[in-house]
Amino acid sequence: MSIAWYLTLSALIFGMGAGGVLVRRNPIVILFCLELMLNAANLALIGFSRMWGNGDGQIFALIVVVVAACEVTVGLGLIVAMHRRRLPVDVDEMRELSG
Amino acid sequence: MSTLVFFIAAIGAITGAIGVIALKNPYYSALALAGHMISLAALFLLLRAEFLAAAQVIIYAGAVIVLYVFVVSYVGDAVPAVGANPGRIAALGAFACGTALVVELLIAVLGSGLQAINHDGAPYHAGFGTPGQIGTLLLTRFLAPFEIASYLLLVAAIGAVTLARRRHGLEDGVEGQPPALELADLFGLRPQGTGTMHEAGGAVEVVEP
Amino acid sequence: MSATTAAWLVLAAPLAGTIVTGALFRRLPGRSAGWLGTGAVAVSFVFALIALAKLQQATPSHRELTSTLWTIAGSVGVDARATILVDPLSVLMICVVSGVSMLIHLYSVSYLQGDRGYSRFFAYLNFFVFSMLLLVLAGNFVLLIVGWAFVGAASYMLISFWYRRTTATSAGIKAFVINVLGDIGLVLGTFFIFRHTHTFDMLASFRAAPHVFAHGSGDVTAGCLLLLVGAFAKSAQIPLHTWLPDAMEGPTPVSALIHAATMVTAGVYLIARMHPLFQLAPAAGDVGAIIGCLTLLIAGTIGLAATDLKRVIAYSTMSQIGYMIMGVSVGAYTAGLFHLMTHAFFKALLFMAAGSLISAMGGTQSLDRMSGFRRALPFTFGCFIIGGLALSGVPPLSGYFSKDSILLFVAGRGGWHWALWGAGYLGAFLTALYTFRMIFRAFLGDPCPEAAELIEHGHLFHPQAPTNPANGEIEDTDVGFPGPDHVVAERAWPMRAAMGTLALLAIVGGIVAIPKSTSWLDHFLAPTFADSTLVGHASNTVLVIGLILGAVVSLGGIATAYYVWVLRPGLATSIRARFAAPATLFENKWYFDELIDTLVVRPGAWFGRFAQNSFERVFVNGALIGGSTGLVRAGSALVRASQSGLLRVYAGLMLLGVAGVALYFLLQS
Repeated sequence: MSIAWYLTLSALIFGMGAGGVLVRRNPIVILFCLELMLNAANLALIGFSRMWGNGDGQIFALIVVVVAACEVTVGLGLIVAMHRRRLPVDVDEMRELSG
Repeated sequence: MSTLVFFIAAIGAITGAIGVIALKNPYYSALALAGHMISLAALFLLLRAEFLAAAQVIIYAGAVIVLYVFVVSYVGDAVPAVGANPGRIAALGAFACGTALVVELLIAVLGSGLQAINHDGAPYHAGFGTPGQIGTLLLTRFLAPFEIASYLLLVAAIGAVTLARRRHGLEDGVEGQPPALELADLFGLRPQGTGTMHEAGGAVEVVEP
Repeated sequence: MSATTAAWLVLAAPLAGTIVTGALFRRLPGRSAGWLGTGAVAVSFVFALIALAKLQQATPSHRELTSTLWTIAGSVGVDARATILVDPLSVLMICVVSGVSMLIHLYSVSYLQGDRGYSRFFAYLNFFVFSMLLLVLAGNFVLLIVGWAFVGAASYMLISFWYRRTTATSAGIKAFVINVLGDIGLVLGTFFIFRHTHTFDMLASFRAAPHVFAHGSGDVTAGCLLLLVGAFAKSAQIPLHTWLPDAMEGPTPVSALIHAATMVTAGVYLIARMHPLFQLAPAAGDVGAIIGCLTLLIAGTIGLAATDLKRVIAYSTMSQIGYMIMGVSVGAYTAGLFHLMTHAFFKALLFMAAGSLISAMGGTQSLDRMSGFRRALPFTFGCFIIGGLALSGVPPLSGYFSKDSILLFVAGRGGWHWALWGAGYLGAFLTALYTFRMIFRAFLGDPCPEAAELIEHGHLFHPQAPTNPANGEIEDTDVGFPGPDHVVAERAWPMRAAMGTLALLAIVGGIVAIPKSTSWLDHFLAPTFADSTLVGHASNTVLVIGLILGAVVSLGGIATAYYVWVLRPGLATSIRARFAAPATLFENKWYFDELIDTLVVRPGAWFGRFAQNSFERVFVNGALIGGSTGLVRAGSALVRASQSGLLRVYAGLMLLGVAGVALYFLLQS
């Protein structure tokens, strides 16, 4: 398969992840969609790495995985804190950035 | 053969993605995400990135999804019904946004006149994508990112602990309203007997009331 | 000290007086503000006399001196400089102005005592004297306009001196608006002249005038007519005269100084000063003469019917200035200025005496309520008699000679000017008639209650509550209203001193220019008017006829007044009933106020309302103000809507932004 196919697939998954971020109200599911987007990016990186024939893209993808893991940690910590304070776990209710 | 595997994995990935964004129950979303991750691992293998495929399965599908499942079960999977549902228009808007993004990326990638993407890739050298190569790269060319990534992990861990620790003495809000968070809560000292590590470590004399 | 230095000091003294009195107005105790103001003008008068002496020391051909202090604006062909012109005409004017002003200041020291605005009054009065001196000393058209405008402003401030009286403030505004019309005429006239002579300096302009203007050309006639508009407004000639009777709302010293002796003569001075230009525009001179003649007749008839004491004297001022305007318009410059000088003496005297009489009446000015003050106020009565005789032109007082010299010159011009000559004597008859009507009604006959109180008990009448004499409103005596004191001349020596000096001058003042006998004034003013081309040499026959006719007419007028108002008391009422139509016309002041109201005021008010409803409401408030604020509000509302607080909206916007940036780079490549 030519690399173009992988890149197409990556674009598709990225778009779906973006749409999901905008549609869902549960913050955990929003984080899932963020994972989708990151994975799509990883796919594209590894595709390009294969295209060039060196391992830079793969290292980049590995670091992206690390970053994703950190982000998940902190995000889930936030959600646990919200839940513990009996705040509604719903992004539409968290509106204090308004004005 | 590889084409077939590609399509199977691609369909799996897309199905998983659709499942993540469409399923109401967050458990099912998590499951769909796991499926998606494994499909992607297959795709990585097709692209000769063996180590990454393995890392994907172990770290992502293994640890991260499990973490998600823990939190989902802590928070609860009830679909929150407070407030008005933005509904159809928002969904349409989101669809439009996503489509726009996809189309743009496709144009960028396919219409850019890159010659190389129409091939299967550069000639394959042995050792491409193996753990050995990854390790060599990590410790030679990419040593700085490697170290910084490890710092990042440390910071994230401390952050998570700070955010989610128990704070004794924070009362419930008035009449079921959620209690307001204040900056002081992040930095204030807690009364004794709240069960902090400080006390557990034996540095403070716990005086029984 | 040269004449020009003395002239600058003449200007500086009242300016210093006004600044000091104005700055210290709260601190000056008692009557010290009055003495300060009087002193300033006295210093000015002394310097005026010094300037006179120094000027006469020079040879006659060197008596036109100029002195410039600084250049106001001197580029692009404009030469506006702060220049004064010291020549016989201006020296005569400054001596008369500062002298009479000094006496009026002296009078006011005691007349206005007890008024809460005492210091303010003297600050304003000094400012007026400064402005008037600036006007007559100006050697540059720009400075003349400045002085002219300042005088108008001072008049406004002084007419509405008792500013809590609405009648006074309305009168002040009326005076100011009509004076502004005159200012427009003056400025436009100056512009017409400047367009051709290309200089604002008066002497240079006069020298250039015969070369740049053809005799009787359109531009110079237009310029002179516009200058005449200015002169008419300032000197209260028809049709811009309606402000002068209302200006009697001001305190009596103000009426004496501004509206009798000095400011209203500014028009006369203007025409005399601009005589080289008027000689190039005979049409303008004729217009001036006719208007002057009309004014003297019309004002005379209104004076016959007026019942307010000060308004009778105001109409007599209007009439006498008609004589002066007529005189200087036909070319009788020396005669006109002679009449200006004598008129200043006896008119100021009459107003001062009127002030004393009004004080005795406790503030009322209505002739209908005054009678029999002869024994109550003997000094005031004497001053009235002397002033009245001078005004009527009874020989040998000064008014006789001055009025006659004007009419003599007019006759000497010949032709249709004989009509003016005849009208002049008719006017003299009317003058004697209404002047002595006023005097006989106020002083002869049975004493009215106020007079009786003065005669029997020896103290002044005080009204129950202070009232506005114009409309009878009750007022108080706080700041902005007249003070509680009423001062009569018999009891205040400053008033007697001033009035006595003026009475003396009114009697002997005529000696400086008795026609065909003494010609001191003629010789004095000759350097200024040497280039006058208008001559009015009448034969000796006309001179004798004129002198006799003048005496007969004035004495006849006094006799008629005595007959109608003293000997046969009911006769006046029956005459009025018999000639009801003309009587109504005179009583309503020839309906000039109503005419101006219909022609000018109502259309103006209608236009203002129309503009407000159509233009201001729709365009300015709607489009300009409402539109721009509406736009801003709508814009900000739009932007505010994006700050919703919803996380997903923010995320969506971020994605859109990223897509946009990517699109940009895509399009670039």
